Amino acid sequence: MTQIRLFLLLLMVVFVFQAKAQQKAVRLLTIDQLEKRVSHQDTVFIVNFWATWCGPCVKELPVFDQLQKTYKNQPLKVLLISMDFKSKLNTAVVPFVQNHHFTSEVFLADKSSEQEFIDRIDKNWSGALPGTLVINTKKNLHKFYEQEFTYPELNKLYQNSK
Amino acid sequence: MKRLFVLLLIAASSIAAKVAGPGYKVGDIATDFKLKNVDGKTVSLTDYPAAKGYIVIFTCNHCPYARAYESRIMALDKMYASKGYPVIAISPNDPAAIPEDSPENMKKRATEKKYSFPYLFDDTGLTTRTYGAKATPHVYVLKKTAKGNVVQYIGAIDDDTEGTNIKNKYVENAVNALLSGKNPTITSTKAIGCSIKLKAI
Repeated sequence: MTQIRLFLLLLMVVFVFQAKAQQKAVRLLTIDQLEKRVSHQDTVFIVNFWATWCGPCVKELPVFDQLQKTYKNQPLKVLLISMDFKSKLNTAVVPFVQNHHFTSEVFLADKSSEQEFIDRIDKNWSGALPGTLVINTKKNLHKFYEQEFTYPELNKLYQNSK
Repeated sequence: MKRLFVLLLIAASSIAAKVAGPGYKVGDIATDFKLKNVDGKTVSLTDYPAAKGYIVIFTCNHCPYARAYESRIMALDKMYASKGYPVIAISPNDPAAIPEDSPENMKKRATEKKYSFPYLFDDTGLTTRTYGAKATPHVYVLKKTAKGNVVQYIGAIDDDTEGTNIKNKYVENAVNALLSGKNPTITSTKAIGCSIKLKAI
């Protein structure tokens, strides 16, 4: 009897940890939440929009994570926001993120309207992926880049945005 | 020396901006093109003398979002070609960058799926640059007038790529409005898509 109880307890612990791990891996983020997050003063936000199905995005993700790792002691926040379908959270996005062990925070866009989400990120964004938003509220900087980045390019962008 | 470099860079970027261009806005007159179809023949808008307009769609083989819309693109042609609004699909990607979008693979896809519309290859990328398409799939609904082919709608096919909860069929609504002699209510929309990789000029 005690053995069964112990086993059940263990099972519960495993479940809780798994749930926690998943929760930590990818959280949902609405446009309101994102706007609030990036309005934080004294921090440079580099927000990359990507998707698991987007080849060029997957290729450049390590570049963004490298930047976060390199400047972990500076007021820089790299946010990786997946534009995958919400229905793909557990089947595609979470497994992908768990395989990559990103240092940066990863989210899945929780968008009631794709159109509204895109427009509120930046009026000039066509919706093509990948895309990158740089925000420095203190410097009144808000710029969207509909392009891919190499590490030197991204590093330069960060240095110029500080 | 550094100054010269900066100057050159400015010059180069202004040229690039000029070439890329902002593309069409609703109300602009769209230019015709002459692009090679998967059957080897070239296709132009003027090849459709009976058309009242066109549903020009920049799409491709490789993009999962374009693929998600493939059956809806096929349905659009079935629905509207006979009413005077045929679908003209254009693949803009440089096969050197994305081999899956090569003319051979386009032909394979069109044959397999029995496309009822032309699937053209924009080999120079010029048409795509002129129209201003940035992502696939991207639709331009044109209305034939005495002045030329007027852009009436630019954007997504509908408001749900996944197709599980479509609330607004943008292209259908636009074409239906035009067919009944009205202007579309929604004239431009945005949606997530695969960035187009044009051949460098």
